[in-house]
Amino acid sequence: MNVEPPVRVEDKLYYNRYLVDIGHPHVKVRAHTTPSPQLLALLKACPARCYELNDDGQVEITVDGCIECGTCRVIAEPTGDIEWSHPRGGYGVLFKFG
Amino acid sequence: MIEERFDAIVVGAGMAGNAAALTMAKRGMKVLQLERGEYPGSKNVQGAILYADMMEKLVPEFREEAPLERHLIEQRFWMMDDRSHVGMHYRSEDFNEERPNRYTIIRAQFDKWFSSKVREAGATVLCETTVTELVRDERERIVGVRTDRRDGEIHADVVVLAEGVNGLLGTRAGLRARPRPDNVALAVKEMHFLPRETIEARFNLKGDEGVVIEAAGTISRGMTGMGFIYANKECISLGIGCLVADFQRTGQTPYGLLDQFKRHPSVAPLIAGSEVKEYSAHLIPEGGYKSIPQLYGEGWVVVGDAAQLNNAIHREGSNLAMTSGRIAAEAIDLVKSRGEPMSATNLAIYKKMLDDSFVIKDLKKYKDLPPLMHTHSQNFFLTYPQLISKAMQNFVRVDGTPKAEKEKATLKSFAKARSWTGLFGDAYRFARAWR
Repeated sequence: MNVEPPVRVEDKLYYNRYLVDIGHPHVKVRAHTTPSPQLLALLKACPARCYELNDDGQVEITVDGCIECGTCRVIAEPTGDIEWSHPRGGYGVLFKFG
Repeated sequence: MIEERFDAIVVGAGMAGNAAALTMAKRGMKVLQLERGEYPGSKNVQGAILYADMMEKLVPEFREEAPLERHLIEQRFWMMDDRSHVGMHYRSEDFNEERPNRYTIIRAQFDKWFSSKVREAGATVLCETTVTELVRDERERIVGVRTDRRDGEIHADVVVLAEGVNGLLGTRAGLRARPRPDNVALAVKEMHFLPRETIEARFNLKGDEGVVIEAAGTISRGMTGMGFIYANKECISLGIGCLVADFQRTGQTPYGLLDQFKRHPSVAPLIAGSEVKEYSAHLIPEGGYKSIPQLYGEGWVVVGDAAQLNNAIHREGSNLAMTSGRIAAEAIDLVKSRGEPMSATNLAIYKKMLDDSFVIKDLKKYKDLPPLMHTHSQNFFLTYPQLISKAMQNFVRVDGTPKAEKEKATLKSFAKARSWTGLFGDAYRFARAWR
């Protein structure tokens, strides 16, 4: 039971349709030197794995694969670590089934 | 600014928003509905089960028109440990009735149809429009919305906030708090496509009969959570959700849980050979009665998931959404028909009507269960499923051990894991919260 193949989230997101609003990310991470516990939690909690640690140990976001669930907003917006808005009308994920 | 003025603006085209817009439009009100998706349904995610009774109240002829998947004739509850499940199944021929009670649906498709009924009733539905802000007058009353379109400001007598669990407007305007990590679950879901006959054979179904499986146990790794498997016509909706606070605390990944659930020996054969066509995620309000915010104010009401109206115990949400949307619309119509302003005092009738409905009555009944499940998740989602599975195996495996000794071993395993006071305490707390 403990031997688990790694899950490739990128492959999952490949099934989905997106209209990416280039240059207008709807979620932004506040500049920081050391990430807060809330920001670090997003590395694991985000179901689309949009958050990643860069070489300097800071948390970065790429919103292209975001499925707009709001989990990161619930965890990290109260501390001011991220800013969360909906994508502009028509942009973002487009569910065929939902 | 759009010069045209509306009786009501509905923000969002999910179940609650569509119910509200449809009800008001049918009553002759001038309604504008705003939806940020490309089409209504393109941002909406649910399991999904449709409850006929509540739908009938909105569109009586929906069975002939709406894209429905399967009518449910069977419900399975599975309590799972890593290698087994203990099940309780209820299947009845009574559910093969002329007007079935529950259906599986695919939200993006269903909502598109639902929205066509809203348009038919005379409402203006504007898609690809994100509402960015509520507009207030000098007396702090909500008088309209601002959108991300260039001619952004639109005015109405009342704004119906049907913006979903993750609605930003109400929070930004200070009308209600942002959902807390311990009040919402994150669910992830995949759509697994298989030939129709394969699904029917694997789930023991014929024609449009359907089945749903709700599963709990070690699949959530000690977190408060549930898995689900819903049979549609040519696909299976499969997912798992846990409290956001638990994900945050444990560092478990949602896709890791989903993957483990799919590979469980009880689940894997059901989806073997399927083609996955979508991966989605959504928050589910889990706080119950105690997390319901202020439901109305000067020029606004809030409905559906945005108001945390979800029955986590019965896994019902869309019916509460639809009903709250309809009731809010009826309340607004009542105030309007009296020629009175959409003030907080007058809109209080919405809450009164909702209190008298099953929506609030059901949530009130289970008001203590969410906190109990959330604080004792290790026991309810890990320890007990393991104990019960062991007890069942002990019961059915024939190995020459005398039955009396088997029973003794089972009782001992329970007492050892939770102690007698723990067991009685859990039973007492659960019974009390259920009452």
